[in-house]
Amino acid sequence: MKLVIYYLIYPGFVFASIIGLLSTWFDRKLSARIQWRQGPPWYQSFADIGKLLYKEVIIPKEANRSGFIVAPLFGLAAVTLAVTILGVGMINPTAGFIGDIIVVWYLFAIPAISLIYIGSTSGNPLSSVGVSREIKLLLSYDLPMVILIVMVASKVGGFTIGSITEWQRINGSLIGHWYGVIGFIIAIFCIQAKLGRVPFDLAEAETELGSGILMEMSGAVLAAYVLSQAIALFGLSYFLIILFWGGVSGGIGILWAILKYLLIMVFLILLKNTNPRLRIDQAMKFFWGWMTGGAILAGILAYLGV
Amino acid sequence: MKRTIVPLGPYHPLLEEPEHFKLYVEGEKVMELDVEIGYNHRGIEKLSESKTWDQVPYLVERICGICSTSHPFAYCLAVEDLLGCKIPERAELIRVVIAELERIHSHLLWLGLAGHFIGYNTVWMWAWKYRETILEICEKLTGNRNHYAMFKPGGVRRDFNDEQIEYGLNRIEELVKPLTMLTNAILDDPVIHKRLKGVGVLSYEDAVLYSALGPTSRASGVPWDARWDEPLAGFKDLNWKIITQEDGDVFAKAVVRLLECFESISLIKQGLEKMTDGPIDARIKEVPPGEGCGRYEAPRGEVIHYVRSDGSNMPYRHKIRAPTFNNLPTFRVSCVGETIADVALITASIDPCYCCTERVGVVDECGNEKILREDDLIRLSIEKTEQIIKDLGKIPTLYSKEI
Repeated sequence: MKLVIYYLIYPGFVFASIIGLLSTWFDRKLSARIQWRQGPPWYQSFADIGKLLYKEVIIPKEANRSGFIVAPLFGLAAVTLAVTILGVGMINPTAGFIGDIIVVWYLFAIPAISLIYIGSTSGNPLSSVGVSREIKLLLSYDLPMVILIVMVASKVGGFTIGSITEWQRINGSLIGHWYGVIGFIIAIFCIQAKLGRVPFDLAEAETELGSGILMEMSGAVLAAYVLSQAIALFGLSYFLIILFWGGVSGGIGILWAILKYLLIMVFLILLKNTNPRLRIDQAMKFFWGWMTGGAILAGILAYLGV
Repeated sequence: MKRTIVPLGPYHPLLEEPEHFKLYVEGEKVMELDVEIGYNHRGIEKLSESKTWDQVPYLVERICGICSTSHPFAYCLAVEDLLGCKIPERAELIRVVIAELERIHSHLLWLGLAGHFIGYNTVWMWAWKYRETILEICEKLTGNRNHYAMFKPGGVRRDFNDEQIEYGLNRIEELVKPLTMLTNAILDDPVIHKRLKGVGVLSYEDAVLYSALGPTSRASGVPWDARWDEPLAGFKDLNWKIITQEDGDVFAKAVVRLLECFESISLIKQGLEKMTDGPIDARIKEVPPGEGCGRYEAPRGEVIHYVRSDGSNMPYRHKIRAPTFNNLPTFRVSCVGETIADVALITASIDPCYCCTERVGVVDECGNEKILREDDLIRLSIEKTEQIIKDLGKIPTLYSKEI
């Protein structure tokens, strides 16, 4: 019963959706202010989800009917599970299992995989180009991020969320060291790519592919995807706080956590608004070159203890 | 490798107007490209033949909302060429000011859209914010933010008063600082360099071969500019230069457009300062039989209007050639071999204006399309000329020596 409440209400689905949708609003509002626009009211993201739920779901003739509907729900369930594991790890540090940090990272990859499934069965040429880009992108940003997770885990001597936060509580945040700073910056880029935001919104690429991979999605199917993106935005930023920035503690710590979260959001938003979209070959070079190199450098620095 | 067709249009977020590009791709690489035009044909040339000489400027103004001065400009030049009349100096300068305002607003519009196309929405919004200054100046000077209705054969329709000139000078000065900032921010951005440099290169030879026009050719180092070549009245006394770049890629096209904005600001300032009192209209009474041709450099390239008169109050024939018509075929060299991401950008880089370009394709009742070759067009043209001569009952003066 407790697990069901964890999963559905707090820190799972309801809580994460609300925070996630408010974060998307924050993103849209701040982007609008940067661009001299007014921006939407705070309930806009909720209204969007509501509107999408109202709309008809159109399933392409060539697509597998049940698969087309189930895949985005699968992605939604996966990110909710990831957020729940992260949240429970905060509430009860001993509740984790060995390797949960890796599991969480790959649970966040499931929306992308369900998207690839939908895009490839829809039979739309623009979607199929989007799919090939999404797969390439998935392969590119995974490498530096996994190196970083392994680096953090070996530094703290444990593959659980509990051990990472516990180590940082005693020894101070990883971001206080050079390797932590480098790792944090690389992780910001990886998260941006995982969320499919500019400069890595190649799979959607509105002005090239006309929403590409999302093109055939509509109504509730699209709502599930949008919601899973919102939860992932919250979840991944939270993941970053746990990994490099000491996690969340009670009392005044919650206020600190909110500030850290907002700061990460601001980084993500500035990155989105000060860059054009990269080409897929450039994005791959960027992740496999600079970012992987940086992650290895961070690993070496961590080993040296700088 | 399997070839798939990726459609770009007729309805696509990249295109403001209906136009169909078929991209034959292998993976992400574009191997071949096909352009289908004709979705938006409005029969303006034919319509023009039923309007009086004074009504046509309003019609041609509506060929394109963005070059809404270039078309009337070229048309008025054509009529004045037919008449052999010279327009008053003040009218010339007013024309220069309006036309150059339009050039800045068009280039900033393109810049914003180009930013949007590469996913850089901040550039889009910022460029359009500064474009607003230009639109406000236009409103103050002409009464409209767009479609100024200032031109008429023989001069301009409205005069500027001192207050308006003062306002124009002040506001245009205001624009220099933010525009310099925006230009530097864009030209120094390393990610923009990565996306735009070396993409869609149009070499000097190809630019000449395909008769590319406007910024598209000037970015390849071809210094063609109808304002300079003609040389147009009004422009020849002012101090300005043609901006060219050597690289021919998308970045060079952006540089040309951005730097041209500064030339235009200088032209507007000179025009407003030099303005002396005098008439603004040559008062044309009637148009005798004959033909005239007007060339003007629109923001996208040279636009040509040709008119033929049979002595009535309407053009007997009005022919329009917009610059995009020449720039479209350059995709053959600049797009093939690039990726889809780049092709989207290259098609936008010529600043295409499809509704100006629309032509009729010949389709028979079975739906078979027929492509007219050069010989067919020459044959049709000769037939048409013969028909005109027959209808007029005499040989037009220009042809009388040859025939």
